[in-house]
Amino acid sequence: MSPVVNLPSCLALGALVFSIGIAGIMLNRKNLILLLMCIELMLLAVNINFIAISHFLGSIYEQIFVFFILTVAAAEAAIGLAILVVLFRAKHTINVQKLDDLKG
Amino acid sequence: MFLEPYSLLFIVFAALLVFAAVMVVCSRNPVTSALYLVYAFFNAAILWMLLYAEFLSLVLIFVYVGAVMTLFLFVVMMLNIDVAVLRQGFVRYLPLGVLVLALMAGIMIVAIRPLHYVTSNSVSLMQANNIHSIGIALFDRQMVYPFELAGVLLLAAILSAIMLTHRGRPSRKVQDINAQLAASKADRLTIVNIPSKAAPGEEPSV
Repeated sequence: MSPVVNLPSCLALGALVFSIGIAGIMLNRKNLILLLMCIELMLLAVNINFIAISHFLGSIYEQIFVFFILTVAAAEAAIGLAILVVLFRAKHTINVQKLDDLKG
Repeated sequence: MFLEPYSLLFIVFAALLVFAAVMVVCSRNPVTSALYLVYAFFNAAILWMLLYAEFLSLVLIFVYVGAVMTLFLFVVMMLNIDVAVLRQGFVRYLPLGVLVLALMAGIMIVAIRPLHYVTSNSVSLMQANNIHSIGIALFDRQMVYPFELAGVLLLAAILSAIMLTHRGRPSRKVQDINAQLAASKADRLTIVNIPSKAAPGEEPSV
């Protein structure tokens, strides 16, 4: 049994990466593509938590859940990037603050 | 303190993962961010491998590094982005971002202290190998329906992504209904004033 690799340290690693993702969303609030990347980072942190719990509590169903999260995240990335491309064609920018067409 | 190689590897790759995550947020160019995100996925895959999740570790590399991040890189390089405008406000919001990072990480790390749940210190060893147990769990009665739903979801994602970005060939011969309805008489009908010619054998009248 390793003194370092245990469930709290793995969950702490996941929490740290998740917080970096949230801080990235706050910092890069204008760049839509970096927002998508930060969302991917947060999903990765959640998956790290699931894998750690699966390993240390000895259940396989968390890994099934990670499998589904990966599927949904791949679909989200594909559609998000497609919307980004269409948006860039229409407005020639991906600045989030320029997206105020519905403001009237 | 002497650490055995397993713990040492875990610490090294966890530190590299955190470094790559910070660089995703802080790097100046979106292409660099995407490459650091690839690096973060690689480090996470190694950590998962250390936690005996071999199948998902390889899926992370194949699906994420192979497909999703390639898509990200394509899109970043295809768009002609003015990076300087998009980075405005980074320095201004930096203290707030660091504060949020410290608060959220601190609260979560305090919340997941081991006194809040029962930890089994024994590392579980799965009986079968990892892919075998995932296959057994995934294709039993409970999970096979969500699995097929995931397939339908991916199909919907494919169709919507293609429909959103496909523009069709420019030489395609189809009706453009809006253009047809917007056409007016002035676009189509031109009245040309042609002076009438005299018939042969007659004097011109004017």
